Amino acid sequence: MRAISFQQSSEETLLLKLSGPWKLGSDLPTVEDVAGRIASGRRVRKVAFDAEDLGNWDAGLLTFLVKVRDLCRQKNIELDSRGLPEGVHRLLGLASAVPEIKDTGKNQVRERWFARVGDRTIEAVRASREVLEFIGDATLTLAKLAGGRVRMRRSDLLLIIQQCGADALPIVTLISALIGLILAFVGAVQLKLFGAEIYIASLVAIGMTREMGAMMAAIIMAGRTGAAFAAELGTMQVNEEIDALKTLGVSPMEFLVLPRMLALVLMMPLLAVYADLVGILGGMAVGVGAFDITLTQYAEQTQLALNTRHILIGVVKAGVFGIIIAVSGCLRGMQCGRSATQVGYAATSAVVTAIVWIIVADGLFAVITNVLKI
Amino acid sequence: MNRSASHIGVRNLTIAYGDFVVMRDLNFTINRGDVFIIMGGSGCGKSTLMKVLIGLKSPATGQVFYNDKSLWEIDPTDRQQIMQRFGILYQSGALWSSMTLAQNVGLPLELYTGLAAGEIHDLVSLKLSLVGLAGFEEFYPSEISGGMRKRAGLARAMALDPEVLFFDEPSAGLDPVSARRLDDLILELRESLGTTVVVVTHELASLFAIGNNSVFLDPETRTMIASGDPKQLLAESPDPKVRRFLTRGEE
Ligand SMILES: Nc1ncnc2c1ncn2[C@@H]1O[C@H](COP(=O)(O)OP(=O)(O)OP(=O)(O)O)[C@@H](O)[C@H]1O
Ligand SMILES: [Mg+2]
Repeated sequence: MRAISFQQSSEETLLLKLSGPWKLGSDLPTVEDVAGRIASGRRVRKVAFDAEDLGNWDAGLLTFLVKVRDLCRQKNIELDSRGLPEGVHRLLGLASAVPEIKDTGKNQVRERWFARVGDRTIEAVRASREVLEFIGDATLTLAKLAGGRVRMRRSDLLLIIQQCGADALPIVTLISALIGLILAFVGAVQLKLFGAEIYIASLVAIGMTREMGAMMAAIIMAGRTGAAFAAELGTMQVNEEIDALKTLGVSPMEFLVLPRMLALVLMMPLLAVYADLVGILGGMAVGVGAFDITLTQYAEQTQLALNTRHILIGVVKAGVFGIIIAVSGCLRGMQCGRSATQVGYAATSAVVTAIVWIIVADGLFAVITNVLKI
Repeated sequence: MNRSASHIGVRNLTIAYGDFVVMRDLNFTINRGDVFIIMGGSGCGKSTLMKVLIGLKSPATGQVFYNDKSLWEIDPTDRQQIMQRFGILYQSGALWSSMTLAQNVGLPLELYTGLAAGEIHDLVSLKLSLVGLAGFEEFYPSEISGGMRKRAGLARAMALDPEVLFFDEPSAGLDPVSARRLDDLILELRESLGTTVVVVTHELASLFAIGNNSVFLDPETRTMIASGDPKQLLAESPDPKVRRFLTRGEE
């Protein structure tokens, strides 16, 4: 049975007869049926209802009626809702009580292609300005630190140092030991062709200190600490905690960003050196265990291959990576919008930004050291 | 102290997020020692207006005067100095989540008073007991309820005995007894310290009990449609929207 039928009850009045159950999920008539009827028939000035045979109903009926109401408004047709059950009548009244606020700033206008390209460009320029401003701000704050007048709590700094230093040791140990192992295995297979297995030690030593130690520590810290920074600062942004700091006259740059940058810049070189060490031990395990090199031979060869230059390059890189991770973590956190989804986005984006720039910086280091022949 | 001198003045103020105008053409004056109520329907821009008054968000056009200095035309360091004289309770409490309640209330004191740790400790306990949170010094914000967070935020706002207190819906989430105590506290602060208090609230009981001046924001026309003593507005305002608000829609 159709749940609706039409009747031109009198001169210019369309009577909608509603019958049977009107529940969501069942096959309900749509407002288009009504619109079609109004368009096709004689001129209609008034819409009325007959709900004598109406069964159970729920929000399905209400949404239909609200649409009918909007349709009537649009076509300048009077709506007579007296024929509806009392409850429906009242709910419909509530739904119309608060006038819809027009222009909430969310008008869905489809933009033209050129406009979109323009908007994106302007947005990109604005975003890069923001990044530069942030870096400038951070530099100024560092300068202020040298001057000795910054508002930062020592306990915060120590806690963050612990979180991004000591607490990161287990994962750094695991990853760098594995990297040492892998380097040794991959290298050994090739070197064996020339009977030069002993050079595994050199390969691992130089590979770890110049490249992999700093790089792996950086990637671990980007995922671990960079994301945490962004999420922490983002949540503080959402909870208005940063606003509360600002009104207290405390610069979030000094109070929140500075200790995080300091902690990472101090800890990253240490972590890198530690990673170098563990990596070399990993390589040693392979060299001594799987290829017959004695412990002393391996140690001697490592010592021969290594010099302070390699180690220093790794350490400097690690410091730079530390700055990159801290800046991208804090930047994304401070830029975070005011909702929980934005916090997740900030964390993800901090990791991606950091890793991209770490690789770029590493490339630059490779070129520079090559040009300088160091 | 000159009781009726203008403390905060708002002239032709328009506030907006990008192109979206939240409120336009606001004009009102908050006098020294006023308990000034900002009222209006949910989402009409009360919190945003408060952000502009406290110097966190710049207005699209118009001015906010603080003791006849235009808050948004002086340089940022001067503005910062003025902001230090404000005590602010945010709608969400906005406690610093990595610090205990004692540290939250104590930080402003540490930064600006140069008091010894022992004195700060005593002051913190006093402020926390004023809002009924004695004994919660070592709790973290995540370990207390929403209403308690609100009260702790209040204690922090009062830490430095500010010249102006801004409260964004202070009694939302509080039981009637605590809400009443809060009203008494506000009146007491005004009486004893001459603090100017700006309150965003919908609570009719407290609004009539404490407010002596107000502004009514209307979301449809996007501007203020009434201002003055709330009791007087109830008695005399010709505007049906204002009357409906002040009588809970019963008129
Ligand atoms: N960050 C923002 N960006 C864009 N628009 C915003 C932002 N914050 C708030 N708005 C808009 O500004 C308007 C006013 O918001 P506001 O938070 O000031 O309202 P309110 O009067 O405090 O509401 P409530 O009584 O519910 O707290 C809302 O329509 C909201 O959509
Ligand atoms: Mg609000």
